Amino acid sequence: MPVSPDILRAALGRRGLLLGAGALAGVGAVARAPQAAVATSARIIVIGAGAAGLATASRLAMGLSGASITMLDKRREHHYQPGYTLVAAGLKSPDYVLSSTREWVARGVNWVEEAAAEIDPVGKTVTTDAGQRLPYDFLVVATGLTLDYGAIEGMDVSRIGQNGLGSVYAGPAQAAATWRAMSDFADKGGQGVFLRPATEMKCAGAPLKYAFLTDDYLRRRGNRGRAELTYNAQNRVLFSVPIVAERVRMLYAERNIRVTHDHVLRKIDLDRRIATFRTPQGDAEQAYDFINVIPPMRAPEVVRNSPLPWQTGPWAADGWAEVDRHTLRHVRFPEVFCVGDVAGVPKGKTAASVKWQVPVAVDHLIATIQGRESAERYNGYTSCPLITRVGRAMLVEFDYNDNLVPSFPGVIAPLEELWISWIMKEVGLKPTYLAMLRGRA
Amino acid sequence: MKELDLATLVAVFQEMLGWTFWPLVALAALATLAFLRVLLRDRSLIPQRLVWAEALGVMGGVVAVLVMFTVTSSGFADLGGPIDWLLVLAIFGFGTVGTALGLYAALGLFRRRVA
Repeated sequence: MPVSPDILRAALGRRGLLLGAGALAGVGAVARAPQAAVATSARIIVIGAGAAGLATASRLAMGLSGASITMLDKRREHHYQPGYTLVAAGLKSPDYVLSSTREWVARGVNWVEEAAAEIDPVGKTVTTDAGQRLPYDFLVVATGLTLDYGAIEGMDVSRIGQNGLGSVYAGPAQAAATWRAMSDFADKGGQGVFLRPATEMKCAGAPLKYAFLTDDYLRRRGNRGRAELTYNAQNRVLFSVPIVAERVRMLYAERNIRVTHDHVLRKIDLDRRIATFRTPQGDAEQAYDFINVIPPMRAPEVVRNSPLPWQTGPWAADGWAEVDRHTLRHVRFPEVFCVGDVAGVPKGKTAASVKWQVPVAVDHLIATIQGRESAERYNGYTSCPLITRVGRAMLVEFDYNDNLVPSFPGVIAPLEELWISWIMKEVGLKPTYLAMLRGRA
Repeated sequence: MKELDLATLVAVFQEMLGWTFWPLVALAALATLAFLRVLLRDRSLIPQRLVWAEALGVMGGVVAVLVMFTVTSSGFADLGGPIDWLLVLAIFGFGTVGTALGLYAALGLFRRRVA
C-alpha cells in the first residue's frame, strides 16, 4: 500500500480507527515526545465503561497525576460493537466481540461496579443505584444509548433468531441468532425486509450493510431469484450524506434491492410475520420471511431525567446531551463533557467518532485544570466501512458538513467497492479500537 | 493523541498480534541480522543459495496472500480496483522477501557446505 507518511499521519492521527490498516503499510513513523502528566487533585467521574468511557478514563489516567478518576458502570462485559455485523454475517463467533471490562480499565482508574442513577450537574454529584453519592469537579458522561425495542408494538427481543426475526444491534448472542435467521432465509428465499428508525442511531450504515450482505448470501447460494429485498428508509434519503446516499441508491438498484421512503416501523406481528410501517399515507403492511429490526434509539434514562439533554430542537425529544459540537463540553454545565453516543451532535455515533471525540474532550478538560485554552476541535468526523458484500466495502468517511474526508485521498476511493476497505474492517479496526480503549491510539 | 507515531503503531500491532508481537519482531530482527552476518562473512551473494531462497521465497509470497485471503474471508474475486491489486502485490512482496531473506540466512548458517 504505497502511502506517503504525510497522508498516513493525517489519516491515522485524525481519523484513527483506520490506523490498523495504515499500520499494515509498515510506513515509517514519527516519534512522539512524552508529555508530563498534569498534577491535580481534581475529582473526575466518568459514567459508562463502553468505548468512549474506557478511552476517556485511560487518557485521563495518562494525562493527570494525583487526580481521583472514578468510572461507573455495572456491566462487566465489554462489547466490541463494530464487530456485530461480522457476527451477524456468520464470519465471526459472538466471542469475537466479547471481553471483560476489567482488562481495559487503566491503572489509576477506580472502577465502581454500580450504575449511575442520578446526575445533578448543579450540585455536581452523581448518585449510584446502590445509593452512593459521589461529588465531582469534572464529569464525563459516556453512557452510550438505549435501544428502545419497546417502542415497536409487538416486538420481543427474546424471539430474535426465530421465525425470520433478526436484529443485529441487540447484542452478540442476538447478532449470532440474526445470522441463523438470515442464513435460513438465504437458503429458501422469500421477502426480506430492512429498515432503520427515525431517531438518531449508532452506525447508520449498519442497516444498509445488512441488506447488502443478505443480497450477497442469496446470490452465493443461488437463491437471489427467489427473493425480494426491500429497504425501508425513514425519510427521503438512504443516508444522511447526499453523495453517499446517491451511491447506495445506485448500488441498490444494481442489486435489485427495492427502496421505499418515509417508512418507519411501528408494529410487528412476529407470528404472522407482518411488519407495519408508519408512512405519510397511513399504515403500510409488509409481509416478511426475514426482517432486520433496528429499534429507535434514545439517550439512557439517567441522562434523559437529568438537566443535561437539549431543551429544544431535534435532539430534545430523545434526550441527547446538549454539548458544543466541536468541544463536547456541555453548553450549560462547563465542567461536564459528553462523549460517544449520548452526545447531542449531528453525527458521530460510531467508534471512529469516539476515537476523535475523546482526545478533544480530554484535552479541553485538562486545559481547564491548567487554566489554559485548548485549541482542539472535533469536526464531526465519522467513518463507516460500508460493507457491500463479503470481501468488499466502501470506506466512507465524512464530517458535520457532509463532506467526504477520505483518510487516503487519491489512494482509496471512498465510493468504490474495494477489498482494501474490507481488509480494514476485518483486520485493522478491532486492534485499533482496543488500542483506543487503552488510550494508546 | 491525534498524531501518528511509533507508539501508536506498536500499540495497534500489539492488539492485533497479542503475545506473539514481540517474538515476531525479534524473529524478523534476528533473520535480518543473520542475513547481514552471512552476507558480510561471504562477502558476496552465493548464487546457488540465492536461487533456492528466491524459489522458496516466491512460495512464501503465495502463502502470505493465501493466508490474507483466508483470515479475511475473501478471495481474488473480491479485488475491486488497482489499489487492491497493489495491496496483493505488496503482501506477496513482503512474503517473498521475508521468506527469501530468512531462508538465505538459514542456508548460509546451517548448510554452508551444501548451499
